[in-house]
Amino acid sequence: MDKQNNFGIPVKEKQPGRIYIYVGTGTCGLGAGAGKTVEAVKKYIQEKKLNAELVEVGCIGMCTAEPVMEVKANGKCRISFAKVSEDKVNAILDEVLAGKIDNAKPLYQYEEAGLEKWQSVMTMNEYPFFVYQTRLVLSNCGIINPAYIEEYAAAGGYKALAKVINGMTPDEVCDTVEKSGLRGRGGGGFTTGKKWKFARANGAGQKYLICNADEGDPGAFMDRAVIEGDPHRLLEGIAIASYAIGANKAYIYIRAEYPLAIKRIVAAIEQAKQYGIIGKNILNSGFELEIAIKKGAGAFVCGEETALMNSIEGRRGMPKPRPPYPAVKGLFDKPTIINNVETLANLPDVINLGFEKFSSIGTKTSKGTKVFALSGKVKNTGLIEVAMGTTLRRIVFDIGGGIGNDKKYKAVQIGGPSGGCIPEQHLDIQIDYESLKTVGAMMGSGGMVVMDEGTCMVDIARFFMDFIQKESCGKCIPCREGTRRMLEILNRISSSYRSKSTAETLQRFKGVVSLRRLAQVIKDTSLCGLGQTAPNPVLSTLRWFPDEYEAHIYERKCPAGVCKELLNYKIDEKKCKGCTLCATKCPVQAIKGVKKAPHYILEDKCIGCGNCADVCPFNAVSVS
Amino acid sequence: MFAHLTQCQCRKNLKVKTNNIRFRKLETDMITIEVNGRKVKALKDQILLEVLRQEGIDIPTLCHIDGLTPTGACRMCVVEVAGMNGLVPSCAYPVSDGMKVQTHSPRVMEARKTIVELLLANHPDDCLYCVRNNKCELQKLAGQLGVRERLYKGSRNALKVDTSSPSIVRDPNKCVLCGRCVRTCEEIQCVSAIDFVNRGSKTIVGTAFEQGLNVSSCIKCGQCIMACPTGALREQSSVNDVIGALKDPEKYVVVQHAPAVSVSLAEEFGIPAGTDVCGIMTTALRMFGFKRVFETSFSADLTIMEEASELVHRIKNGGVLPMMTSCSPGWIKYVEQFYPEFIPNLSTCKSPQQMLGAVIKSFFAQREGIDPKKIYSVSIMPCVAKKFECERPDMNQNGVQDVDAVLTTRELAEMIRYFSIDIKKLSPDTADTPFGMRSSAGKIFGASGGVMEAAIRTAYYMITGKEMADLDVKDVRGLTGIKQAKVNIAGIEVGVAVASGLGNASKLLEEIKAGGRKDLHFIEVMTCPGGCIGGGGQPFSSDQKAIKARMKTLYSIDANDPIRTSHGNKAVERLYDEFLGKPLGEKSHHLLHTHYAKRQVIR
Repeated sequence: MDKQNNFGIPVKEKQPGRIYIYVGTGTCGLGAGAGKTVEAVKKYIQEKKLNAELVEVGCIGMCTAEPVMEVKANGKCRISFAKVSEDKVNAILDEVLAGKIDNAKPLYQYEEAGLEKWQSVMTMNEYPFFVYQTRLVLSNCGIINPAYIEEYAAAGGYKALAKVINGMTPDEVCDTVEKSGLRGRGGGGFTTGKKWKFARANGAGQKYLICNADEGDPGAFMDRAVIEGDPHRLLEGIAIASYAIGANKAYIYIRAEYPLAIKRIVAAIEQAKQYGIIGKNILNSGFELEIAIKKGAGAFVCGEETALMNSIEGRRGMPKPRPPYPAVKGLFDKPTIINNVETLANLPDVINLGFEKFSSIGTKTSKGTKVFALSGKVKNTGLIEVAMGTTLRRIVFDIGGGIGNDKKYKAVQIGGPSGGCIPEQHLDIQIDYESLKTVGAMMGSGGMVVMDEGTCMVDIARFFMDFIQKESCGKCIPCREGTRRMLEILNRISSSYRSKSTAETLQRFKGVVSLRRLAQVIKDTSLCGLGQTAPNPVLSTLRWFPDEYEAHIYERKCPAGVCKELLNYKIDEKKCKGCTLCATKCPVQAIKGVKKAPHYILEDKCIGCGNCADVCPFNAVSVS
Repeated sequence: MFAHLTQCQCRKNLKVKTNNIRFRKLETDMITIEVNGRKVKALKDQILLEVLRQEGIDIPTLCHIDGLTPTGACRMCVVEVAGMNGLVPSCAYPVSDGMKVQTHSPRVMEARKTIVELLLANHPDDCLYCVRNNKCELQKLAGQLGVRERLYKGSRNALKVDTSSPSIVRDPNKCVLCGRCVRTCEEIQCVSAIDFVNRGSKTIVGTAFEQGLNVSSCIKCGQCIMACPTGALREQSSVNDVIGALKDPEKYVVVQHAPAVSVSLAEEFGIPAGTDVCGIMTTALRMFGFKRVFETSFSADLTIMEEASELVHRIKNGGVLPMMTSCSPGWIKYVEQFYPEFIPNLSTCKSPQQMLGAVIKSFFAQREGIDPKKIYSVSIMPCVAKKFECERPDMNQNGVQDVDAVLTTRELAEMIRYFSIDIKKLSPDTADTPFGMRSSAGKIFGASGGVMEAAIRTAYYMITGKEMADLDVKDVRGLTGIKQAKVNIAGIEVGVAVASGLGNASKLLEEIKAGGRKDLHFIEVMTCPGGCIGGGGQPFSSDQKAIKARMKTLYSIDANDPIRTSHGNKAVERLYDEFLGKPLGEKSHHLLHTHYAKRQVIR
């Protein structure tokens, strides 16, 4: 036990002959039924009276494979199985523990020195989902038990912090991080080391470090997975950052909608305190650190740094004008650095690898890796970590497995409500901060939603604008009122085909001209990033899919078949048998016809609900 | 929800601008920036808006309050700064050497116009019917920016108007969410009765739990009305009631007017601020049909007689000290709900308005042989809290309310226009006996420090039997938030303090609570910054310049007046001889004094 270099955290001895059964119980796993799987495993162990241990791990990132169960036993490598619902547990365990995998279809195995490999099973690094990934931040997620600091230490944890406190001055740490090229992973992309130096330039008074774990983007769950799966990595990053800027108090602002993550991080802090990683006079260096948790209360805008600080101070979560910047005058008017979870989780690797090695990953301007939450119409949805510069095509088709259901790729939305879409012609773009901006998108926090031909781009723009309207804090006029009117225009475009009044039509035409004008003013004048980036989805979809907008506005059609009120329902006379089922089900009596004779739908009465198409036993109702 | 902070942290933000020019070496701190192509000199780190205004470019603002930290909410003041991606709010941006600014580029104008159009899209098309027609900042901006079309037709807020309070009406449909009222109430008055509620487009300015203003911690000072750029906040109007009373043959309608009104009214008619129109105003009031025109300055003298006697009594007999003035009803409510432990400190004297109301319906009614129930007593005040004060349960005798209606200075101007009177053509007239004569000590009540100075002049006389050598107590004059002085009266070092704006009053109270300030005997508190001349019922042009001008006039009237002390007012003396007896006597106590009680409010 080397106290000075490892805080004296004991390495848990692996007992020979013990069976380890791992189940992924991150929030996503639990959502897929892992809770029941856990119960089934416990029951199995008890009934068979095995010398076995159930280990709950975090999220490995393959959401389509959840619940994931893994077994390490009898001197063989740890082997992984997908979709292990509670009814499949017994069969798999019976086989594996007997040394066979004839019926159970494993995903992959983890290579480990001293353990025998299974025949004809890929290793994790060879597996298609993982072969193109570079897992630094996620290296422990899904593998170690996040509830034990000993496992984190065994995986090499807290060595970077010890190295920093023992052998580097705060200025040297700032230099190293700046040279590594690490940039803010929350979306801002500002050079982290440079930002730290602004805080350091304010002398030796009280300073604060804030970890932004608010993660409000819809479809983003990178930070959640890190906190649930590897909370100590985050704590190590927080401690390194606090040391570097000279802060003795750190806040973790975490959204209340992440109860499991909160539980994990609270437990991790307690354990870290026990080993003197957090507290007074850490490693006899004079450095002290206190970490406090502050839960959010359901406001996306509180992920914005000045609103976040207001929220911690107990005020209404509204942003403030900058200057003064938080690094100069922030929380409680003291110099404050706010870093995203992923940024902080990168720090142990920056220190351990050294800035040269770290900056050798990635592109010229964007170093290191990025965690993306891949969702939407891809076959393999989940959490991935790739080196900056990886192409979009690789992510969507090689890692994601391509579009499901034989559909065609249409676009990828990157960056959530602040971002934009990337159409087919730019699939070979090498993802980094700058390149995305050239096509009108933004890295954002890392949410990637893949869309196919069945997605209506106008509807997507409307969805994000609706989100922004609900989450706008309401302080500044361009965001509060401007996005409201933009949403109204988008609603008008995608609704009510039936109303043919000329006033409405004129409104629609005028509205679209207004869309661009409003978008420009909102971008130019909004107080904070929420408003400034709010028009991005609209502008991006207008840029790459203008034909879809035109179809909605002029032809009053939705090519993807999504906007309900623009759908044209028609009864095929040849197929209709006159059973009158549709007429009875129509809520507005828009279907007329005589029994046994073909019916027809009155266009101006139809509201596009789709009931008739649903109930017709002869598939006679067509939608266009 | 808006728990009153016992350590008044809300005043943290109330810092006057950072540019303390006196302490800078001009050479090293001057920089040059470029504005619309012209080179302009400025102080390093000066706020851009200030620099532009000094250059004569009056950048439009909506959420800006001079002296408070900029909030950056309205985005009207945006300008283009070379090198910045978006447009920059000039109210919150410090200048730096070599900065290039465009204040009226097409991009900037498009932005400003769109912002106003967006506000108008959610605003009632009510200008013709609105109390702020021609005095509304949003209307002015729309005119300035040439808005000619309603571009954004969509949903509009349809919220309930809050008419629960006797003083203030809130119409959230006209609110542009600039936040000026919220910050005034929180940072200047330290009351925080209103704040932003809900989020996004559903944001409104509301009270705790969105109950009526009447049950909130609102002290009804009306400073929010003065801060509001639109008609979202206005006073409860008594104009119709008064006109109705004037036309009612059964009613004997009399009026009194506060000292601050005559030096402020002229601004409503384009006459320079600070012009005293007391005589003309009296003529106009008679033209309306008021049977008698009295001066509240008379009863200010009466108040001084009672209050100075009370102070002397407390000093001589070990009464509760420091004694605090009680003529500002907003202040009274503030103490009752936030600092009930200081109720014993408050003087039991009613305000001059209420004292005059009481003697009108007793002494005057008896003398003239009029049934008090038939008298309709109106007062004209620079204040909206007086509308609340006249309805207080104690302010009546035998079921007859002392004062029936209160009009603000603004409402008086409305009535002058209603009766088509051109005040510039009127000749001045004098007030009616027995309540028309006043000393100038009563007149300076309108300014912060005036009550104190008047009281000192009389207290000195009461204790020593002699007039002060120099009747001027300059230390208590001026617009500073807290003023303090020591007056030697027959060997006693009488410590006095004057606070205007309740944030400042709160500071004093906290000091007293903490155990210090045994040196203080008497404190004057005015709810409104600057005193009544800065009241919630004053003309909307009330900026610092106007308030200063009004104050100057009051003190110059005082300097030149033949009778400068309240005890020198013969009419007051006669009132005591013929009717009241003596100060603090039984009749005085019954008519001219009141009591207070702790208040439970929703906050």
